[in-house]
Amino acid sequence: MSGGVDSSVAAALLRDEGHDVVGVTMRLWGGPSDSGCCAVSDVDDARRVAQQLGIDHHVFNFSDEFEAGVVAPYVDAHVRGTTPNPCIECNRTIKFARLAERADDLGFDAIATGHHARVVRTAHGGLRVGRGADRAKDQSYVLHMLGQRQLARTLLPVGDLTKARVREIATEAGLRTAAKDESQDVCFITSTAGRQLFLAERLTPRPATIVDTGGRELATVASIEMVTIGQRRGLGIGGGPARYVVDIDPREARVVVGGADELLCPTIVVESMTWAADLAAPAGTAVQVQTSAHGAAHAATAEVGDDATTVVVRFDQPQRRVAPGQSVVLYDVDDATVLGGGIAATGPSL
Amino acid sequence: MNDAGLCYLDHAASTPMRKSALAAMMPHLTESYANPTGSHRFARAAREAIDEARDTVAAVVGCKPGEVVFTGGGTESDNMALYGAALVDATRPRLVCPASEHHAVLQTVERHAGTVIATDGSARVDVDALVDALGDDVAAVSVMAVNNEVGSINDLAVVAAAIAEHAPSALVHSDAIQATSWLDLHDVWPHTDLLSLSGHKFGGPKGVGALIVRTGRVLTPLLVGGGQERERRSGTHNVAGIAGFAAAIVEADAERADTVSRVATLRDRLVDGLVAGLDDVHETVGRDQKVAGSAHVCFGGVESESLLYLLDRAGVCASAASSCASGAISVSHVLTAMGVAPEWARGAVRMTLGRTTTAVDVDRALDVATDAVATLRARTGARLAERASAP
Repeated sequence: MSGGVDSSVAAALLRDEGHDVVGVTMRLWGGPSDSGCCAVSDVDDARRVAQQLGIDHHVFNFSDEFEAGVVAPYVDAHVRGTTPNPCIECNRTIKFARLAERADDLGFDAIATGHHARVVRTAHGGLRVGRGADRAKDQSYVLHMLGQRQLARTLLPVGDLTKARVREIATEAGLRTAAKDESQDVCFITSTAGRQLFLAERLTPRPATIVDTGGRELATVASIEMVTIGQRRGLGIGGGPARYVVDIDPREARVVVGGADELLCPTIVVESMTWAADLAAPAGTAVQVQTSAHGAAHAATAEVGDDATTVVVRFDQPQRRVAPGQSVVLYDVDDATVLGGGIAATGPSL
Repeated sequence: MNDAGLCYLDHAASTPMRKSALAAMMPHLTESYANPTGSHRFARAAREAIDEARDTVAAVVGCKPGEVVFTGGGTESDNMALYGAALVDATRPRLVCPASEHHAVLQTVERHAGTVIATDGSARVDVDALVDALGDDVAAVSVMAVNNEVGSINDLAVVAAAIAEHAPSALVHSDAIQATSWLDLHDVWPHTDLLSLSGHKFGGPKGVGALIVRTGRVLTPLLVGGGQERERRSGTHNVAGIAGFAAAIVEADAERADTVSRVATLRDRLVDGLVAGLDDVHETVGRDQKVAGSAHVCFGGVESESLLYLLDRAGVCASAASSCASGAISVSHVLTAMGVAPEWARGAVRMTLGRTTTAVDVDRALDVATDAVATLRARTGARLAERASAP
């Protein structure tokens, strides 16, 4: 229970179904926080909702694991010039790993979260992550890594509901979180200090040269770690046609900018793929591909490498280049269930 | 079992209030509502209750009544002693304490850029390290009488002698908040200038404490205003709390010898049972170094949070390290200071007994804890085996 409306309602629905429900809030981040799962005020909300529902509430401290499994890799990824997705790493290493182990140890049958997604059983009998009923709030992207064993004991009670209905249920139940704002930011980055100051305390910024696709030097930036693929502002190259970051080469301390057309790319190489278990290597499969948490999916063909851990995604229409480090999730051709997902590889330098 | 049907082994966190304390409080929560600083007869009645309480506390501590300053609790007493000492003389601003102190002391010392010194393997102050840290710029040294997590007892006579030799102008403060139920304060107070007490640790109410301030020792008051407590702690007296504090401490003092011997037997039964029933149980501090009510053990291969969860589900109330504001359990700074290996520290559990603890409680806790540790080890083992055999 993060202290938000979705996990509050998830707990309420399960309790109403007669389950023996225990609310758990994870203490993950000890530093400054103004949103997300970690602030003490959010723990207060979670505890008050649990009290209202008449269920036990516990706080589990996974801050060491969070530092090692989420924060440190987040910083390292920036050093490597990639753009990580810490909420996905938190799901992968904390929520559905560390917390799941804890739940095993304590004898629980299932873990429920407030994610807007569904656990779907396919015709072959396997389980997949399915899109939530509220497509605009769908969070299947951030759960794409869940395997069969995890899915078999994951409950996503709000996945069949629209966000509006979730808020209605919370209001009807008189839950204090009914109208609470959503947190969509990274919990350990505060809105006041921001990503830049957070990283500045943890890495040594390296200046870089900004060049165009022809290799002409245009400007310099103070910290290559702060630059992201697709970025347009803050590069000190104002004036003229819009130019976007199309490549980052940390080894050469070089940032390449190009026009909007040069930002488009027909393919992405995806590494560290994990697949829904009922799929044999689906070479040449027509898929829908989503490359950010709230972005649209685009039609593509997936060409699977020999060991199935690498995929080349070939879009039907060229798409904006995906920053290396971002998660790329493949859905079935109907865009309903997750086939697999991985991390956008560092592309060949232009 | 307590009235709620729980096996309560968290007496170091708070111990049940004595009936005598409640009885002493009731008039001041009901008909006797005057502000004791008033000049009318109704106020004088309240004032008399405070004066009586002060005499009572002084007799239990072995100090003069004028040396007793009532406060809003143990944390306030600790803060008042150390802030108050550090602010008196700008040429003597430094505070010193060992790393195993309660956070109310430790964070006050750290906030004043004071010196935090090493402890021995039982969380007692390292006297050599203390001597090294002393000097003419030291305002106060704080060494707790009894450690709140592991129960070990500091030798305050040795501490006081070292301070008298190496920093004669420094005040000696002791947080005796965990001592009152177990040690005769007549043996503690003579070694100190400032002594912190907290009502709810010995059967009084929460929200009331005392700082004993030796005559002639000057502190800068933290709270100013109405000048109560001889200008040392302003704020309208918590008359009911003070009356309850005094009623509880006098009873705790009278019962102490009996309670200590009875509880020590129960504590031994609990710890001996755990050690006999389970492998890899480490008794954190030797029983000859600690108070009777403290059972602190580390279970190998178990996480405190998991164990406490299972104990809680079975109605056994225990604790681990201190809790942060969110309720999460953090790694114990006391065990870190003691040099306990992290793999042991992560399985630490504190069970603290009190005057209401019975053999039924101990046997229940023993059964539940033994079963819970075995269950957790089996489940963790199964998980690790499954992972090892996975492709």
